[in-house]
Amino acid sequence: MPNRKLSDLAKTIRSKNAGVNKITFDVIFRTAEVYEEVKRSGVLSRASVAALFNIPDERIASFVEYDPGYAIKFTIYRTRPSGSPGDPDIFGAQQYAPLLDIDVPVAAG
Amino acid sequence: MSDSQVGLLSPFKIAVFWSACILAQSMQAMGAEEPLVAGGARMASMKIISPNGHLGFAPLRTESFRRGIEAGPDYIAADSGSDDVGPVPLGSGQSTSPEAWQRHDLKEMLLASRKLGVPMLIGSAGDTGANCRVDRYVEMITDIAAQCGLKKFSVGYFYSEVERDWLRGKMQAGEVVEGLDGFADLTEEELDATDRIVAMAGVHPYLKLLDEGADVIIGGRSSDSAIFAAPALARGFPENLSYYLGKVLECASFCAEPYGGKETVLGEITMDDVKVTAMHPEQRCTVASVAGHAMYERSDPFHELVAGGRLDMTDCRYEQLDGKTTRITGPVFEPANEFRVKLEGAGRIGERYVGIAGIRDPYTIANVDQVMDWARQQVRERFGENGYELHYNVFGRNGIMGDMEPRRAHPGHELCIVVQGVAPTAEMAEEVTITGTRQLFYARLPDVKGTAGGVSFVFDEVMRASPAYRWTLNHTVPVNHGLEIFPTHMTEAGV
Repeated sequence: MPNRKLSDLAKTIRSKNAGVNKITFDVIFRTAEVYEEVKRSGVLSRASVAALFNIPDERIASFVEYDPGYAIKFTIYRTRPSGSPGDPDIFGAQQYAPLLDIDVPVAAG
Repeated sequence: MSDSQVGLLSPFKIAVFWSACILAQSMQAMGAEEPLVAGGARMASMKIISPNGHLGFAPLRTESFRRGIEAGPDYIAADSGSDDVGPVPLGSGQSTSPEAWQRHDLKEMLLASRKLGVPMLIGSAGDTGANCRVDRYVEMITDIAAQCGLKKFSVGYFYSEVERDWLRGKMQAGEVVEGLDGFADLTEEELDATDRIVAMAGVHPYLKLLDEGADVIIGGRSSDSAIFAAPALARGFPENLSYYLGKVLECASFCAEPYGGKETVLGEITMDDVKVTAMHPEQRCTVASVAGHAMYERSDPFHELVAGGRLDMTDCRYEQLDGKTTRITGPVFEPANEFRVKLEGAGRIGERYVGIAGIRDPYTIANVDQVMDWARQQVRERFGENGYELHYNVFGRNGIMGDMEPRRAHPGHELCIVVQGVAPTAEMAEEVTITGTRQLFYARLPDVKGTAGGVSFVFDEVMRASPAYRWTLNHTVPVNHGLEIFPTHMTEAGV
């Protein structure tokens, strides 16, 4: 089965504050087919994102498959609230980049 | 944007005063042929336009706003708040952007509102909804009205700030001020470290001011969705659809595609559904964009907490009506058993300076941790271990993601180090920062070839930044009803 990059399959891959102490990540697909296929592939899971971002499972606040939006969504706790001195990403908007290159084994897409 | 987590907690037992009133209206309304009158005339459907998801953060785009006006809205409303901007604006009582941008949007909205003769609502004035921001918005409305010679109209406004002693009283009476999202329950020590607190209002002060006939409402800190839900509730539309209308409109064109902020969207509510339409010629509200918006900036895409209840979007149905419009049915509103409101608080840490240094030597890049350790050590020798903060962000290595950066071991061929020093006085913060920056230049690496200076400087100085603050409150507190801590006022503007 050929591999595709997640960035080729998803319409949107983004991160953003969800309140002052969490950052939420959205991976959104154009069609139900691609969404279901990525879901089935299992490349995105609590365990895989914890490994990718080098964080313990307790830092993951939630991991949700959001069918109405064809989206896989997870949220992590920050190590300190946004805008504390030294926080380099007050909006949490540039934390998603490691997701772009995830290899997804797919038949379609 | 980004402030929907207003508290309430399960299990749901009794609806409190205001929720009960609203529920009664809704139930009566469901049995009536047309919505009941509550602060407005009967109508079978009602339209609101939302021109900006964070008024003041960047100016609204006038073309789609003009189209929105031409569609004949019954209300014009916008959220002006966000906690995305960090704790500094709340703590220091400032806005994050030039006042000219706020004035621009307020003027566009006010002129349209007066021309059409429909109310205008602004929530969370000036980013934070602090009292001084509400006052400033009211002043700007008054100024604009005078300058443009607008006919006399009424301006309602309300405050959202909470006194520390009021909260202390609650705590001493045994109420637990519960922490959200990993914050511990509030202690008096943390309360003492707080400079300013705002509570997040629900629909209640808006309903009161609409009922009193306000033509313009300037709100303190508010739930985003409440700004739009209130006019719908005032006209007798059901709670579930009213809150959904608020949810979908609060970020303006973020519920449309293709991506493009600051464009106007129009929401229409009936007794049966909500419809949302993009006003920009190139934008569309699609099933995907509207459903997708429900997950934006929140961890739970199915639920929205507001003061007094919870909107459940699990069973929402989305239908494409035409190229630009999506119809939504099926949201559920659950009134809360206990009325809790969310609190946001910021506390000052100290004065702050910033320094910048660059590195090109690959050996120095490979050993940048030692370079920073050297500089830290010089600060420590001068000021000791405690009583200040010194932060380094190493851009080109892991400046943005810190320990989460998978490519931390593969830095770029040049690095930029941003240095922040925070201390009780400006004088000390400046010296901490300049020591922490200048000593990068003198760091001693055993095998470095370049012995004339270890870093490059864009400026051989450090720059004073805003004082450093931190979020001290991200909590909820029980209140007796939705107006308890949101005093409303009326004034007039125009000639």
